[in-house]
Amino acid sequence: MNVSRRWLEGFLRRDLDPQDLVRRLAMLGAPVDAVEPLHPGLDQIVIGQVEAVAPHPNADRLRVCMVNDGQGELRHVVCGAPNVTAGKKYPFARVGVTLPGGITLERRKIRGELSEGMLCSARELGLGQEHDGILELPTEAAPGTALLAVLPIADERLVVDVTPNRPDLLGHKGVARELAWSFGGSFRLPEIPGAPAAGLGTLRRVEEFRTVVGGVTVGTDDPAGCLRFTAVVIRGVKVGPSPRWLAERLEAVGARSINNVVDATNYVMLELNHPMHAYDLARLRGPAVVARRAHAGETVTTLDGSVRTLTADMTVIADAERVIGVGGVMGAENTEVSAETTDLVVECACFDPSRTRRARRALGMSTDASYRFERGVDLWGLPDAQRRCAALILATAGGSIEDAVDVWPEPAHPPRVFLRTARVAQLLGAALPVPAIEKYLVAIGCTVLNKPDDARLAVDVPGWRPDLRTEIDLIEEIARLHGYDNFPTGLHPYRVGRLADQPLDQVITRVRNGLVAQGLHEAATMSLGPADSPAALKLLNPLSSEEAWLREALLPSLLRGVETNWSRQVREVRLFEVGAGFARGGADGRPVETTRVAAVLTGARAPAHWTEGGAAPDFDLWDLKSLFEVAVALANPSAEVHLDASGWVARDAAGREIGHARRMTLPPPPWAAPVFGLEVELSPALPAPVRYTSVPTTPLSWRDLNLLLGPGVPAREVIRVLRSAGGPLVEGVEVVSEFRSEQLGPERRAVQFRVTFRAPDRTIRDEEVDQSVARMLKAVERQLDAKLRTA
Amino acid sequence: MADHADHSQELAAIAARLPALAALDGPALEAEYVALLGRKQGRLTEFLKTVLPGLPGDAKRTVGARANELRGELEAAFAARRAALAEAADARAARGTDLTMPGRERWRGGVHPVTQVVEEIVAIFRGLGFARATGPEVETEWYNFGALNFPPDHPAMDMHDTLYLDIPDRRAGEDRRRNRTSGIEEPHERRDRVERRMRDQGRWLLRTHTSPVQVRVLQQDPPPIRVVIPGWVYRKDPFDASHAPVFSQIEGLVVDEGISFVDLKATLSHFAREFFGAKTVVRFRPSFFPFTEPSAEMDVSCGVCGGGGCPACKGTGWMEILGAGMVHPTVLENCGLDAERYTGFAFGMGPGRIAMNRFGITDIRLLYESDMRFLSQFAEPPGRPAAEPSR
Repeated sequence: MNVSRRWLEGFLRRDLDPQDLVRRLAMLGAPVDAVEPLHPGLDQIVIGQVEAVAPHPNADRLRVCMVNDGQGELRHVVCGAPNVTAGKKYPFARVGVTLPGGITLERRKIRGELSEGMLCSARELGLGQEHDGILELPTEAAPGTALLAVLPIADERLVVDVTPNRPDLLGHKGVARELAWSFGGSFRLPEIPGAPAAGLGTLRRVEEFRTVVGGVTVGTDDPAGCLRFTAVVIRGVKVGPSPRWLAERLEAVGARSINNVVDATNYVMLELNHPMHAYDLARLRGPAVVARRAHAGETVTTLDGSVRTLTADMTVIADAERVIGVGGVMGAENTEVSAETTDLVVECACFDPSRTRRARRALGMSTDASYRFERGVDLWGLPDAQRRCAALILATAGGSIEDAVDVWPEPAHPPRVFLRTARVAQLLGAALPVPAIEKYLVAIGCTVLNKPDDARLAVDVPGWRPDLRTEIDLIEEIARLHGYDNFPTGLHPYRVGRLADQPLDQVITRVRNGLVAQGLHEAATMSLGPADSPAALKLLNPLSSEEAWLREALLPSLLRGVETNWSRQVREVRLFEVGAGFARGGADGRPVETTRVAAVLTGARAPAHWTEGGAAPDFDLWDLKSLFEVAVALANPSAEVHLDASGWVARDAAGREIGHARRMTLPPPPWAAPVFGLEVELSPALPAPVRYTSVPTTPLSWRDLNLLLGPGVPAREVIRVLRSAGGPLVEGVEVVSEFRSEQLGPERRAVQFRVTFRAPDRTIRDEEVDQSVARMLKAVERQLDAKLRTA
Repeated sequence: MADHADHSQELAAIAARLPALAALDGPALEAEYVALLGRKQGRLTEFLKTVLPGLPGDAKRTVGARANELRGELEAAFAARRAALAEAADARAARGTDLTMPGRERWRGGVHPVTQVVEEIVAIFRGLGFARATGPEVETEWYNFGALNFPPDHPAMDMHDTLYLDIPDRRAGEDRRRNRTSGIEEPHERRDRVERRMRDQGRWLLRTHTSPVQVRVLQQDPPPIRVVIPGWVYRKDPFDASHAPVFSQIEGLVVDEGISFVDLKATLSHFAREFFGAKTVVRFRPSFFPFTEPSAEMDVSCGVCGGGGCPACKGTGWMEILGAGMVHPTVLENCGLDAERYTGFAFGMGPGRIAMNRFGITDIRLLYESDMRFLSQFAEPPGRPAAEPSR
């Protein structure tokens, strides 16, 4: 909502400082997003008095003026305006000043005569379209005075961020009401210059659907969509440009001045938050102006020139034959007020908020009117809006009121809400005295009935506050006007919460910290992207086809991250992400949501160091394997890693595959390294708590066994056999090295195992180790055909 | 007795060699060690092994004590000299080494800046008795809107441009049939129908805020409730420098008997001082959220200018940090709680925005790009930039 500082001054009858307004409105719940000074280019323009006018020696249409600009010496100014008159005052731009149009004035000769500045027209100052002559200023102010100090146009536009619950702040009156409270003063409607003393009196109330006003049938055939319908017939108006003050008011808040009648309706909307519409009576068929349901497929050309096709759940305004407006949204071209219009029907109605919203959404448009009806206008304020509008039209376009009616088939009273002071104290934590509560409620327009024998206050809420419907709404208003900052901030004793952290959240933290310790960086990628599986979930209304699906896996997003890094010539990439994966197929159609971790590795295994020639080896499959084992142990301690055709998989205790790790097929640029990736689904099961096992105190023995392994003999199997044959003294079996050569034969290799031995309670004897080794060698030879390799 | 004196002389002779140790070089020192303390021929070892056991009781005690004492002194002296020699050797070696050459590094990982902010916020609230709660990112209309007191067809929905999932709604077919038989429905009929449908869950959507988890928590357990709820949320916002369609949010919820607006202010003021610094000034402004009333925005004094006004705070001296409010009675009732007995407050903020603010990040897209040169700046300690192509 754009608010004019000057318009507010008209309500509050005091000078206002924009920055002060920003502070006050913020603390009242209506923050100001921007303060925009209007006419910023005019602060250099001063008042110049023309002391003498002489003909230009070389041009018939030009005059040479002597201008007093308050600086002592008179200025020579060449002027082409027909209306320049000695003794009068005009806006004057000195040499060096830049006009709103962008022209900077220079000292120069015009047809041989020196000109030092310019006397300006309204158009040159951006103040209107008139260019018949320079702008005459009927002012007592001395030459040299700033123009803005004289013309009532200096203004600031405040862009107020109005929350959806406060339609009253969509009119200047509502904002003025808040500020009047803040200043501790009062407010009233600004005077309308030239308004007749006797305006529109009481509107004739009709509790039926239709009636006739000034020969025009008006009313509502759709009281659910159009609850109340007021109409005023004014005859004999002269449509033309608005007076300057009215045009300036509208332009100050960003509305375009159209003509005196349309401007009057817009002015009332911006002042009282009542959208209104004026119809050219002569163009009404019937003549009639009636709210009804649209017929399916009916069309109308709205004022913006678009042809709109309507549906049966929209409320429209129609004459006897056709649609003349979409209710609460926009009027139609066919009955638009024009320069030829002499007789008017002025409509001010109340349209249902949710129907207005659906209609304007269906039509793909939002207007100042629909914005207001969606949020709710003052159902009880329609006659006041009509009176204000009639006064404006009579003042600016003349004419006379023929008749005025108020069609309200089902009249209602503003709601009454009961308020318990104990509830106020319970929620706000401060016992506010009843007189203070009453004062706050009265300030926003409520009527408060306080019966001493009742613990409740009966509060009649004003029509312009459709957000006040229950007790809690009033409590919010009490807190707001009391001032949030005026409540204490001392921390009270409290009971801690009953809930504990979810196990899954603890697992997420473990996985994250564990992978950071492995030297990986946590990434955050978009969960929206291209489809990554046949079970992927599609969005109904995606932002773009690129972001139309919910991902099932995280790894593809991280691979895109690798490509991003490559595209920026970054070679070393180590990323992981913990997040949600989505797929179809849950109970009740609910998508299955899993928490997963994915990681990618590519590039050097460690930062290159000069002692190793500035190049560290790149990550390989074995880095991936150990990272996968770490990730699985963190994510699902009960799962185990198995081989599969292209890498490794993890299976949980039930045998379900919950993760995989493999070399990725992403082709690297020539300077980059292969990419390895893994993904594991997290289990909410926490690992068993750590139990300390005693640290050995007896000495260790070890033997290296260099075994020749034939094709298809896996190291894991060798280790298993060695362990089981070695007996209880074997502490561990590690792989030390692997050797392959043509001499050994294809697919054959020599693998060196290091076996460590320890007795838990004594020093182990060499003979025991020898016996164990003998058993192991016998077992691997018998079971795996593996022999010691003799050099 | 003469024997005894001889033994004393032998020990004294060994002791006499002690002061000279401090001047010996490495090989001489080790030779002397073998000569005196060597396991096989060491003079003192020999003495302890062969001479001492032959002495009579009294002498054995006194001479033995002296001999053992001497052995301790010698061992200490050898150790001291060895250490001195090693140190000198290191110093000599170091004179030939350029110690300005870079040390050997390991890759350091790091937590995403947004996660860091989330964890810090969670930790502060943990200190106030809060636990962490989470919930699904795919939600129903009921949890995301209906239970949270969003009226159907209300402009409040404009603040939540929602992404819906292409999953058939179980009730939708039935609703359409009802529509056809009853002709045109009145606004109140439609409201009833939408509310009914939302209660039956309604359409599937991507949650637009973490607030549906409030509902799940309230349904799950009776008060007292104190939880913080971090998570990803979705809005149909085009991806640009200041908006992302997926972003992080953290929500808090307190429900118990006797919780008031004062508790809201006290808790959140405490949080602001913990998070932004002890000198932080806060202010609370009225605001609007359908699921809280009274609703508030909390601003903190600008950390860049301290409140004087600067470009970071757009000249206001304040930064908007969070939205908050007393839990709306309708929300409590929708979750099956007695709103007369229990009251509570809720709050929500955007860790992404806070992270951008704190770290001076000007484009939100950086948070999502996985650029190693960006992420490595948030390691502990901040890592060096990822290496450029080197081969």
